Amino acid sequence: MSRAINKLPKGWDGLTSDFSSDQKAFKGMSWGKAMMWIFILSDTFIFSCFLISYLTGRASTTASWPDASIVFELEVFGTSVPLLLIAIMTFILISSSGTMAIAVKYGYEKNRKLCAIFLLLTALGGAAFVSMQAFEWTKLIFHEGVRPWDNPFGAVQFGSFFFMITGFHGTHVTVGVIFLLIMARKTWRGDFDKGRRGYFTTMKSDYVAIEIMGLYWHFVDLVWVFIFAFFYLW
Amino acid sequence: MAQYRNKKVKTHKIGIYLWIWGLLFVFSFFSYMIDYLNFEGSLRWTLIVLFMLSKAALIVAIFMHLFWERYAIVNVLLWPMTLMLLFVWIMVAESEYTLLTRIFYFILGG
Repeated sequence: MSRAINKLPKGWDGLTSDFSSDQKAFKGMSWGKAMMWIFILSDTFIFSCFLISYLTGRASTTASWPDASIVFELEVFGTSVPLLLIAIMTFILISSSGTMAIAVKYGYEKNRKLCAIFLLLTALGGAAFVSMQAFEWTKLIFHEGVRPWDNPFGAVQFGSFFFMITGFHGTHVTVGVIFLLIMARKTWRGDFDKGRRGYFTTMKSDYVAIEIMGLYWHFVDLVWVFIFAFFYLW
Repeated sequence: MAQYRNKKVKTHKIGIYLWIWGLLFVFSFFSYMIDYLNFEGSLRWTLIVLFMLSKAALIVAIFMHLFWERYAIVNVLLWPMTLMLLFVWIMVAESEYTLLTRIFYFILGG
């Protein structure tokens, strides 16, 4: 990238000239970041398939759908509060997205220690989220008797959609936490400042890796926004 | 990624992230209140979708920096996502027909 990015046309002219040029379409963007965006796009297709099957399954069944605010209520000091745990999980995941955005900022400013600390905070939020989800699953499976084929609240499809959608999202969060911890270690050790080669890739990396990690993590938060709206509130 | 090493990247002030963080908290709190205060019918669904799309837009535009990216990547991402949402809407509309046929054949007996 020897050509200065600001000399290229911007806006709609930029769109056509970027795509009609015979080199790379995504100017000034590392291939890793472009590929993470493409991966995220394909992942939205998978989650959209879940969303479509859930919404059509729910709308087309003649049985009554379980009321989420009763299924997911939590008893606190003798009074039951609807959706309390889900609300707390939502706030925790949003907060971990906030710390991730700040970690990306500190990474690009080459503030090695603060970047690693905020990555660790993000991983902590993700781990708390997964733990609370494990608690939720345990409660539903062992105390309420919810199964993918049956549940005591209403339409039988509820269980299969619940485990499929939250399970797939929880897997994404778990994978994210593992990679956040790896990135935090690499950042703290100063891999991106010294150009130390990666264990698997054997390539030198840079703080753009933190932004790529951030894209994935924000996407996990983004999916939860849709799950929270359509599965828990609808 | 070697050619990007030690490239100067312009960063934003921390305030913008804290602001978005706060806004996401406010929108989530409002969404939770929709359920807590038992809003019903089309008011409930409109508000849920409104807060959901606002939160999604803030995360994608600011946290994922898409607002500052070039139009090439922005268009590659947003058009397929828009079409997916349209597809969701079409399939939900279709499911009402499935429900009607089920009521007709399963409950009313054809």
